Amino acid sequence: MPLLTRHIHPGWLIIAPLLVLVVTLYLGPILNILWLSVTDPEPGLGNYAQLGESDALIRIIWTTVRICIITTVFSVVLGYSIAYAMVHCHQRQKNYMLTLLLVAFWISILVRTFSWLMLLGRRGLVNVALEDIGLIVEPIAFMRNELGVLIGMVHYMIPYAVLPLLVSMQSLDTRVMDASRNLGASGVQTFWRIYLPMTTPGLVASTLLVFILSLGFYVTPAILGGGKVLMVAEYISVQLLVTLQWGTAAMLAALMLFGVLAMLWMMSRFMKLSTVFGGSTR
Amino acid sequence: MKPGLFSHFNQIGAWVLLLFLVTPALIAIPVSLTPKRFLSMPEGTFSLRHFQKLFTSEEWLSSFFQSGVIAVSTSLLATLLGTLCAIGLWRVSSRYSELVRALLLLPLIIPQIISAMAFYRLWIPMGLLDSYAGLILAHTILAAPMVLITVSASLATFDPRLEQASKNLGASNWTTMRRVILPSIKPGVFAGALFAFILSWDEIVVTLFISKFNVYTLPRRMWNGIRENTDPTVAAAAVVLIAITLIAFVISAILSRRNAKAEAE
Repeated sequence: MPLLTRHIHPGWLIIAPLLVLVVTLYLGPILNILWLSVTDPEPGLGNYAQLGESDALIRIIWTTVRICIITTVFSVVLGYSIAYAMVHCHQRQKNYMLTLLLVAFWISILVRTFSWLMLLGRRGLVNVALEDIGLIVEPIAFMRNELGVLIGMVHYMIPYAVLPLLVSMQSLDTRVMDASRNLGASGVQTFWRIYLPMTTPGLVASTLLVFILSLGFYVTPAILGGGKVLMVAEYISVQLLVTLQWGTAAMLAALMLFGVLAMLWMMSRFMKLSTVFGGSTR
Repeated sequence: MKPGLFSHFNQIGAWVLLLFLVTPALIAIPVSLTPKRFLSMPEGTFSLRHFQKLFTSEEWLSSFFQSGVIAVSTSLLATLLGTLCAIGLWRVSSRYSELVRALLLLPLIIPQIISAMAFYRLWIPMGLLDSYAGLILAHTILAAPMVLITVSASLATFDPRLEQASKNLGASNWTTMRRVILPSIKPGVFAGALFAFILSWDEIVVTLFISKFNVYTLPRRMWNGIRENTDPTVAAAAVVLIAITLIAFVISAILSRRNAKAEAE
């Protein structure tokens, strides 16, 4: 035992319980799924070959990627506006804004999705209100299509987009902007040529974070899409729970996992990942 | 930088956006007060019948109870494991420990649908499907990284010389942990416990895969209600959830304020 502790730091003893739990009950089965993608129903790359043969699969992946890209663009642009306003206002006002943002962050995804269901339906509040003021004659179809999914997803993702941007903007040296103005640049020029480039790390973190979260999103597309907008996450659940085809589901999960890891890798080139997740910066 | 016209304009836009983030959820309140039997806006008359149904229906009450048991157990277990692990990683602090930290944060970043698949895959042969133990274990693995993050953040501001001083004065490892380290990272531990509770209380994707009849949590019952899209009891449940969220939010705000105060001292 003394020999053991000389070589192994005693701190590992209290790391071990969680590490063992996560490795055996979580990372183990995930590796198993990756393995399944090349062995079920028969060994080989048959599951991946489906990508070349099945138009349905390609359509699902394309729908997912398209919705994720649109969601990310809207969330990050709107999030940028919120973060910018929060950094450039009085402390008091900023506290109120932060409170609203965090409350939005905390409200259950199910509650929010339910609310959109009530608001966006054919006889929902939005359509009724628009009809009452005479803007539209026929109700607009907000649900069971991509529009509804996008509204729900952007609404959910904006707080996630804001937080990394806020961190990045707060750490800027504002004297650089003052210098730019003093040297005769206009406000617009200063923003585009100084401010925006300096917030690039925040923008990248925010973009990748929202994209990664959108990629595996299940609740909102399943409910607001109403079966008409099929994304990868919902397709995986159908494969597992209804048609019991582990191979195809595992292949899609593997693609998603590699996509996420690739994006994390890209993110790590722009910033220390531990700062994004609030870990120690030592 | 002097605020220009653009800045003022953006300020207003940001407020509109923030209100857009919060207000849609409020529609659950009028819908929950409708006197009708189906989901609708009340017209003139209000009724509390759906709240009455929520708090007398055996199904909903058992879901509240089950979610409570699972969320509290998850929170305790995740806080225990996450705190120990954070302290261990902080003490070791080597290249390997940072690698392990990254590994342990994976459950937070891997899409939930893949986590759900992984648990479903393993829980079948282990016989953990549709059981309290299965849900608590799965939720603990998803929630422990949150505790790891909040406790690590607290440890980052803890002066390691205090630990050294305690040991030099003759305290054992265990005493040092209990009387020196734990008291100073308490805010991080409580924040982690709260996050873990919320995560479990609100978790739906993994729950959908690994629960069926025996264990029917609140999110699971809401999911069903939303899919059926008829019974206004769901709206009443949503209002209760919003209220609980606000209470949890106030608690966390108080905790973080206390945390900030402690750091200032």
